[in-house]
Amino acid sequence: MLQQEYTITVYTENQIGLLNRIAIIFSRRKINVESLNTSPSEIDSVHRFNIVITETEEVVRKLCRQIEKQVDVLKAYYNNNEEIVWQELALYKVSTDVIATEVKVERLLSQYGARVVVIRKDYTVFSVTGHREETDRLIQVLEPYGLIEFVRSARVAIIKSSEGFHRKLTQFEYREPASDVVENEFLNQQEKVFSM
Amino acid sequence: MSSITQPLQETSPETQAEVMISGAEATMRCLIAEGVETIFGYPGGAIMPIYDALFHHQHEVNHILVRHEQGAIHAAQGYARASGRTGVVFATSGPGATNLVTGLADAMIDSTPLVCITGQVFAHLLGTDAFQETDVMNITTPITKWNYQVTEAHEIPVVLAKAFYLAGSGRPGPVLIDITKNAQIQAFSFPAYEKCKHIRSYRPKPVIRPEYIKEAAKLIDQAERPLVIFGQGVILGKAEKEFDTFLEKSGLPAAWTILGMSAIPTDHPNAVGMLGMHGNYGPNLLTNECDVLIAVGMRFDDRVTGRLDKYAKQAKIIHLDIDPSEIDKNVKTTVPVWGDCKETLPMLTDAIQRKSYPDWLKKFKECLEQEESKVIRKELNPSQEILTMGEVINILNSLTGGNAILVTDVGQHQMVTCRYAKFQDSRSNITSGGLGTMGFALPAAIGAKYGAPHREVVAIIGDGGFQMTMQELGTIMQFKPKIKIIILNNNFLGMVRQWQELFHENRYSFVDISSPDYVQVAQGYGIRARSVSERKDLEPALKEMMGSEGTYLLEVQVGKENNVFPMVPQGRGVAEVVLCKEDLL
Repeated sequence: MLQQEYTITVYTENQIGLLNRIAIIFSRRKINVESLNTSPSEIDSVHRFNIVITETEEVVRKLCRQIEKQVDVLKAYYNNNEEIVWQELALYKVSTDVIATEVKVERLLSQYGARVVVIRKDYTVFSVTGHREETDRLIQVLEPYGLIEFVRSARVAIIKSSEGFHRKLTQFEYREPASDVVENEFLNQQEKVFSM
Repeated sequence: MSSITQPLQETSPETQAEVMISGAEATMRCLIAEGVETIFGYPGGAIMPIYDALFHHQHEVNHILVRHEQGAIHAAQGYARASGRTGVVFATSGPGATNLVTGLADAMIDSTPLVCITGQVFAHLLGTDAFQETDVMNITTPITKWNYQVTEAHEIPVVLAKAFYLAGSGRPGPVLIDITKNAQIQAFSFPAYEKCKHIRSYRPKPVIRPEYIKEAAKLIDQAERPLVIFGQGVILGKAEKEFDTFLEKSGLPAAWTILGMSAIPTDHPNAVGMLGMHGNYGPNLLTNECDVLIAVGMRFDDRVTGRLDKYAKQAKIIHLDIDPSEIDKNVKTTVPVWGDCKETLPMLTDAIQRKSYPDWLKKFKECLEQEESKVIRKELNPSQEILTMGEVINILNSLTGGNAILVTDVGQHQMVTCRYAKFQDSRSNITSGGLGTMGFALPAAIGAKYGAPHREVVAIIGDGGFQMTMQELGTIMQFKPKIKIIILNNNFLGMVRQWQELFHENRYSFVDISSPDYVQVAQGYGIRARSVSERKDLEPALKEMMGSEGTYLLEVQVGKENNVFPMVPQGRGVAEVVLCKEDLL
């Protein structure tokens, strides 16, 4: 089976330690997490993880089941790139002097969809939002002029076919009482049984 | 489902007006409200407030002071496995908590319900490398079903209710609750204790899909050579009766995994023996001849499947499991039947036709005959002078009538016991299966006795494993659970030695382990003991042991270089199971 990029979307409770619980599912299997984002979701109190890995579908399916098995996880979905809308945000810091004299800033803005975030005497910060290729392209353009700092965010993704999580959560909140444990009738007679 | 119409708020009879109590006192009240009667533990600095509260409740709760925290958790495992209830452990922070790690990993892989309560340093000291501070939460994350750190007293009732619910429901597992010392001391207004029955992010049982039941029934009805393989799921799901009814109607031959053993009597008419590396010849060999393989509450461990690409490739596979992540994990299923087997088995029984497979069953019998002539006979009735492990188990069977709980450690003695032991009742075979923890048996046997006080508990341990946790003889000395201990002493780390003989050209690398005088050691703890090495003494000694009133330790000197066969060598398929060394190529 073919390896490809998958985005795993996990709806969770907001619980300390859960990030670790999810992260070790990947590290235990020596799978590299390419990007990981945690954020609020469409529902107050429910957290949403976006995790990007490159693996075969079979592996990703098993990983999702392992993630869903965690007590504080509500639901895990996986999608390939065709099934989602996603964006990443990148920030680029370059010297204002160089930019002002050598770069056609208006071209940057129009051709690469860049925005100017900050302009100071000493440096300027641009931002680009988009797919990996788009943020990568601007690195190539700016590198010759001395890119002082670069950073890119994790991927955030929306599932095209999803109707959101509200209905599922209502199902999950439906109380189904568990049955009681069958008792061991002999446990009450311990004094009679012990003594060496 | 009828239960939905019933009132959901069930308050325990403990209900009282709210009172101000300490977190430690609240912890004890929660445990009592959960019906906890036995706690295995060891005190220390960070859990002292809880032990202080325990002091006031010691007439309601039985606390067993072990000699090492690993002993506490294995004892709690033995308790849980014998009783079907949740085992409870107390340990202090730092080394107390880290000593639980092996037991947690063991309980996790063998799905044993535990609630472990560890003390922790004051919340304001977390992360300062305080005395006996360790990051228990992160250490135990991969080996607990759930863990939680309590830093405020008011969290205790809710968190403990959740802990017991999670440990015991669905696929059971260990839960660890780490309580900082300030939370134990802090006073708060204790509400009426309410058991937890629902967590929105947690689904203990997957929804049963009737269409899959129908599909599975169709496959079973059409099958000519179907085989059932079952694991601990039948026992954990308390579905022994349902499983028996299913077997009776379906007429299917049934083989057990090491942890599934005793879910049906070993002499059940459908029973064909044990699966796995040292399981019986027939079920291993014929796994690759069946046309439909029905797996019930088992997880296709590599010790059961051998090489996966040579495992039951010809068969259609039906897998019944409560844990959705087990389906397709190792073996691709044709029909997955998600759900609690206590519910799915009766549905499947209703949907199938009554059948029998005399020709197919005959094949298992033929395999057994081969195994008997090449392996079993000389193990149980040896011609050579030196004793075998198998004959010890064989005599033990006749003395217990298959009614005792046998607790085994890990290694050759474990395989031999599971191969030859006879069981009548469920929850009789307690052993460390998934993790293979040497040192498990002695403390687990202590716990098993508290979990099933009316039953005879016999620990069968090798000389290597016994020396790993033999300090728990001190626990036996002090609390006097009446257990029987058999040490099968071959003066070697036998299983490793067997592999070195078979696969490393007899290079015995550090498997030659010497033993103390076990009789003197036991007597030092006030425990009756005897050692035998000759056949004429064996049966009388076993009789003396079983007839003795209190704890009794019997050391049996057995052949040093005996091997356990049959064997599915590592990296081979189940059909490549061999009956003797000469067949290994």
